[in-house]
Amino acid sequence: MLSPDLKARFDEEVKTHKIVLYMKGNQLFPQCGFSARALEALKPFGPIHSVNVLEDNAIREGIKEYSHWPTIPQVYINGQFVGGCDIVTDLAARGELEALVKGG
Amino acid sequence: MLDPSWIEARIKTALPDADVTVLDTTGTGDHFEARVVSPAFSGKSMVQQHQLVYAPLKDVLATGELHALALKTYSPEQWAKAKP
Repeated sequence: MLSPDLKARFDEEVKTHKIVLYMKGNQLFPQCGFSARALEALKPFGPIHSVNVLEDNAIREGIKEYSHWPTIPQVYINGQFVGGCDIVTDLAARGELEALVKGG
Repeated sequence: MLDPSWIEARIKTALPDADVTVLDTTGTGDHFEARVVSPAFSGKSMVQQHQLVYAPLKDVLATGELHALALKTYSPEQWAKAKP
């Protein structure tokens, strides 16, 4: 179950950073190809606040519940859940990520 | 080890009228790619479309038995435009 503390942490985190990436590994060493692809798609659009879910199982499971999304990576832009690797790379390919980052 | 046809059948339990194609991309039975075309996707965002496909697979995604499912989802209208 998603604890109120953890929910508050996610609320705060996605609100205070323009781009948040919940990923496996960190930006220098992504530990999953899908996390790496999401990271690459986001890189041109400014600083990314990344969270390594492998360091904390409560976060790894909690974020799935928080987003109603069963997989990692997960991307938030301007406080809005954007999706996982497929959606983010699709949006990047269609040139729609920039507008998302700028909006809000 | 999961089988593409098992995943296909699971997705169809949630989206009975969907056209579903699943490929085992690595041959290891845990990384798959799926294309799902369904009238249920009409008017829904990509996030909502993917959530509809993930829902019937929640348990195997949680256990890691299904490590990755790369998704392409289309409403019939979107598919008519995107179709190669």
